[in-house]
Amino acid sequence: MSSDRINVFPSRMALTIMKARLKGAQKGHSLLKKKADALTLRFRMILKKIIETKVRMGEVMREAAFSLAEAKFTSGDFGHIVLQNVNKAQLKVRSKKENVAGVQLPVFEHYLDGSDSYELTGLSRGGQQIDRLKKNYATAIKLLVELASLQTSFVTLDEVIKITNRRVNAIEHVIIPRIERTLAYITTELDEREREEFYRLKKIQEKKKKMKVAAEEKLRERKARGEISREDAANLLEEGRDEDLLFTD
Amino acid sequence: MSHSGVKGKLIAVIGDEDTCTGFLLGGVGELNKKREPNFLVVDKNTSRHDIEETFRGFLKRDDIAIILINQTIAEEIRFVIDTHNEPLPAVLEIPSKDAPYDASKDSILRRAKGMFSSEDMR
Repeated sequence: MSSDRINVFPSRMALTIMKARLKGAQKGHSLLKKKADALTLRFRMILKKIIETKVRMGEVMREAAFSLAEAKFTSGDFGHIVLQNVNKAQLKVRSKKENVAGVQLPVFEHYLDGSDSYELTGLSRGGQQIDRLKKNYATAIKLLVELASLQTSFVTLDEVIKITNRRVNAIEHVIIPRIERTLAYITTELDEREREEFYRLKKIQEKKKKMKVAAEEKLRERKARGEISREDAANLLEEGRDEDLLFTD
Repeated sequence: MSHSGVKGKLIAVIGDEDTCTGFLLGGVGELNKKREPNFLVVDKNTSRHDIEETFRGFLKRDDIAIILINQTIAEEIRFVIDTHNEPLPAVLEIPSKDAPYDASKDSILRRAKGMFSSEDMR
């Protein structure tokens, strides 16, 4: 127990400093706890949304795959044309940052940029199906971008919550107990010193009493032997009033 | 908004031919200056090593924000996906035409498991 405490000299000043530190640690603990709670709330919300969106993604993707089959049926296999004619992306994403309890969460946002490089695909036949196919896949991409931002937030929040919880636990189980142990150590040490001081004073008093008794005994003996004639021999320490000395020249 | 938000980022696709065709028609395909595509068509002749290399390459490229990968292909390089812990780029597993989506295999949902009761996972 005594091994794990902050190395301080046990004095009253150290006691006040430690008390201030304890207060600071407790405040920090409650603040971090609040942060962790807020993040967990958000985290659960995102998790719920992810699960919902994943289910929806299954449906959308199925529909998209079906329309692809439809388009293939009407216009033959155009896969190679599409795969070879890649040039510039029309659909891109940009990321924004959202602030949740001091944590930056990236949020993706898709936008159209430039022209459609497959404008003429399916011009000869099956144009309508390909158009529908494009629309279906555009919806799928929209959903997937949404899902991606949710997932990114999920990963980021997961990490941050872990760190925050670790800090909360560290303060609760390591830092605060250590400060408390130090406080206890300082108090016991101060008490001990006070007792020592008290004992010392008592000892001195006793000694003085003994000396006084001895002195009186000696005085009485000498008086009995007649070495001292007067009872009230001049005593420097006596309370009686002396004649004022006036120096006059 | 950070500086990366100013320039648009890409969506990369690793999937079978149909998946790639669909998403390319949706307008995500791009060749960069080195004429490298941001998608990989995986057929039965594509080796696992190639998929892994491409995936790692996509992870390294900073102009890619989202990687879409078919779940059947994700299964093959599961260990690579599981070691990717950074939020960016986001790796999304999508169902392919001939394999339905299995939530229990998803890296993210597996992590989410245990935080929710079983009825929420359906």
